[in-house]
Amino acid sequence: MARSNSRPLSPHLTIWKWGPAMAISILHRVTGNGLATVGALGLVWWLMAAATGPEAYATFITCATSPFGYLVMIGITWAFFQHLFSGLRHFVLDMGAGYELRTNKSWSIAAMVASVLVTGLIWLYIFGKAF
Amino acid sequence: MGNGTGIGRVRGLGSARHGAHHWLAQRYTAVGNLLLVLWLIFSLLSLPGLDYDSVVLWIANPLVAVPMMLMIVSIFWHLRLGMQVMLEDYVHDKGLAFFSMLLLNFYAFGGAAAGVFAIAKIAFTGVVE
Repeated sequence: MARSNSRPLSPHLTIWKWGPAMAISILHRVTGNGLATVGALGLVWWLMAAATGPEAYATFITCATSPFGYLVMIGITWAFFQHLFSGLRHFVLDMGAGYELRTNKSWSIAAMVASVLVTGLIWLYIFGKAF
Repeated sequence: MGNGTGIGRVRGLGSARHGAHHWLAQRYTAVGNLLLVLWLIFSLLSLPGLDYDSVVLWIANPLVAVPMMLMIVSIFWHLRLGMQVMLEDYVHDKGLAFFSMLLLNFYAFGGAAAGVFAIAKIAFTGVVE
């Protein structure tokens, strides 16, 4: 795109001090696209394996219950709840509420803490039941 | 067409020439995902086992197969809209942007079709020996 060098550029990412609102904003995009690729493909793989038969399903279970598989599933769980809480925050912002600096900061932090907490609880429950 | 009225611009032809449809569909499918994926997570956590037989027998139940199909549609619709926004932000070349949108559509429709087909097959044929 043509741009005149004499005109100033607006300050971009590199110039701002990081804060919770910036972090949750980019996390929403990162987790969303992670879920859209890894999460969605994993879900369809699980369904396709179950539809194909016991051998295909056994292959899925072997991969899913490998150390890397657990890492991916824990990551997807966190990404889902991060995206969920961040999405709920967006619904509030859509109504025109929650833009005050302090309020915005507290809810951004709350959403990030909640996603880690819920992910931890779910996996503690799963590992508690299994071992 | 001039600038028109405010509501006219929003409904029909805003700056992106798509009105608010994309934005609204993103919210509708977000609520769909919220309800249906939470349902899936709680169901998986409360199932007695996640072995082949338990999972297939569970999915074959119409009260599971139907919401699961709706979940697949809601998920792939939502991810198509969300990834479109991401690509529009980062892919600046016109040709590449068109190509990436083509791939995204193939991915979203293909993934949704695969998911719905798998659920239908499980529901209609049940456990395969």
